[in-house]
Amino acid sequence: MIEIKKIEKYFGNNHVLKNVSFLFERGKTNLIIGESGSGKTTLIKILIGLHKIDSGNILFDGVDFNAIKIKNQRKLRQEIGMLFQGGALYDYMSVEENIMFPLNMFTKKTEIEKIERVNFCLKKVKLEGKNELMPSELSGGMTKRVAIARAIVMQPRYLLCDEPNSGLDPKTAIIIDKLIQEITKEYNITTIVNTHDMNSVMEIGENITFINKGEIWWKGNKDELLNSNNTELNDFVFASELFKRLKKS
Amino acid sequence: MIKLLHHLGLYFIMMKKVINKPENWGVFRRQLALEMEKVGLNSVVIVIILSFFVGAVVSIQTSINMDNPLLPSYLVGLASRDSLILEFSPTMISLILAGKVGSSIASELGSMRVTEQIDALEIMGINSANFLILPKVIAAVFFFPFLIIISMGVGMLGAWVGGLSANITTADFMFGLKYEFTPFYIKYAIIKTIFFAFIISTVSAYFGYHTKGGAIAVGKASTAAVVASSILILLFNYILTDIILS
Ligand SMILES: Nc1ncnc2c1ncn2[C@@H]1O[C@H](COP(=O)(O)OP(=O)(O)OP(=O)(O)O)[C@@H](O)[C@H]1O
Ligand SMILES: [Mg+2]
Repeated sequence: MIEIKKIEKYFGNNHVLKNVSFLFERGKTNLIIGESGSGKTTLIKILIGLHKIDSGNILFDGVDFNAIKIKNQRKLRQEIGMLFQGGALYDYMSVEENIMFPLNMFTKKTEIEKIERVNFCLKKVKLEGKNELMPSELSGGMTKRVAIARAIVMQPRYLLCDEPNSGLDPKTAIIIDKLIQEITKEYNITTIVNTHDMNSVMEIGENITFINKGEIWWKGNKDELLNSNNTELNDFVFASELFKRLKKS
Repeated sequence: MIKLLHHLGLYFIMMKKVINKPENWGVFRRQLALEMEKVGLNSVVIVIILSFFVGAVVSIQTSINMDNPLLPSYLVGLASRDSLILEFSPTMISLILAGKVGSSIASELGSMRVTEQIDALEIMGINSANFLILPKVIAAVFFFPFLIIISMGVGMLGAWVGGLSANITTADFMFGLKYEFTPFYIKYAIIKTIFFAFIISTVSAYFGYHTKGGAIAVGKASTAAVVASSILILLFNYILTDIILS
């Protein structure tokens, strides 16, 4: 469970997050939706300490991230898996080396144990046998899947995903979404997914939060979303013809 | 001026993160070996080619300019030796390396920054500045002196060949090469080179590491890295020459 309380964030004069509070539940795929520039990426980067907050608290299962020593922050970060918007694979390392990297860095596992774990994670994301490929040889969907494998290799308690399916075709996007949801359930982790893809909202939307211009505008599940009367939310969700028709029916 | 202070401040903050004990020695050694190859080995060929031809040109020009029969012909060897050891090898080769190695360091780190690879390191709890930059600095400081010594040797070989083509006998050339040789000059050149290696690697890393934006920003960072390290090399060349030789 991740809880954030009354977060304020400025970039210079740009007030990016305004009094934002959330409760992200364990074992659920928590969705953050909102249009481009609404502050979704900023929020995720704040959670992992890549951006400093101006005020507020961030609690990981009750532990206040900003109140603990840097050394302990580092420890805590090792329990967080993060899927970046572009995958962020290390481009001079092969698929196997990318996934193995956290193990090399932080564990004392033997070479055989590490390979076993890597192959297990590759199987999880359905990329068995692709160990030797380089990131430049992967398609967009494969890149995301390798990034997911790397994010879960250390068995994290938290998984943060920044637009996991941007730039993917609808079918691949759904495969990725399902994969994230499956991993969340199987390992009972706290997952947060940023997205502006309505397909994934309908597919995996459990605990949905809509942010608009840095403020929390609406919270609920996907059934509530379909029946909501919130104007801004409807403008965002039902921007496309398809979803307008869906709402009418 | 304020901008300069801003850069300096950020540079020192970065250096404070760079100079730290590596998290994992095994991984660090692997990184270091990789950097030795990228920063050092991959520059050997260009250094050899440049040094040979510059050495040859220096000796030909010296011999042309000394058309006076009163000047002994061994001067060609002596002049080539001193200009290679004192200036060409340490300073000019460092400038060339600032272009080659500096731009590759800056663009590598810059593209890692804009594709969030550096963020990915940070969130794993890794000190990314230390992990990425320290091996580059060590590789440069360790390897550049060798490159400079190679440059001196090959440059003198070139000077000898150039001398032959300008009718300077091998005996005369060798005599000049050994004439009043001051070993301290080599030490001086190596000290300079170590400074320059540090400047090139850290300044280029600074520009790459602090890239903001997209692919265009990476190109800009790499240009800025080369310009800034070249200027700093010339400035420190002046300061160091003043301190060490006078
Ligand atoms: N490093 C930064 N420095 C200054 N301003 C920033 C920075 N990162 C983001 N911003 C600003 O914060 C606001 C929110 O940006 P953010 O990237 O969080 O949006 P987003 O919801 O993730 O958008 P998208 O869906 O396009 O990815 C924008 O106005 C942006 O200009
Ligand atoms: Mg974003």
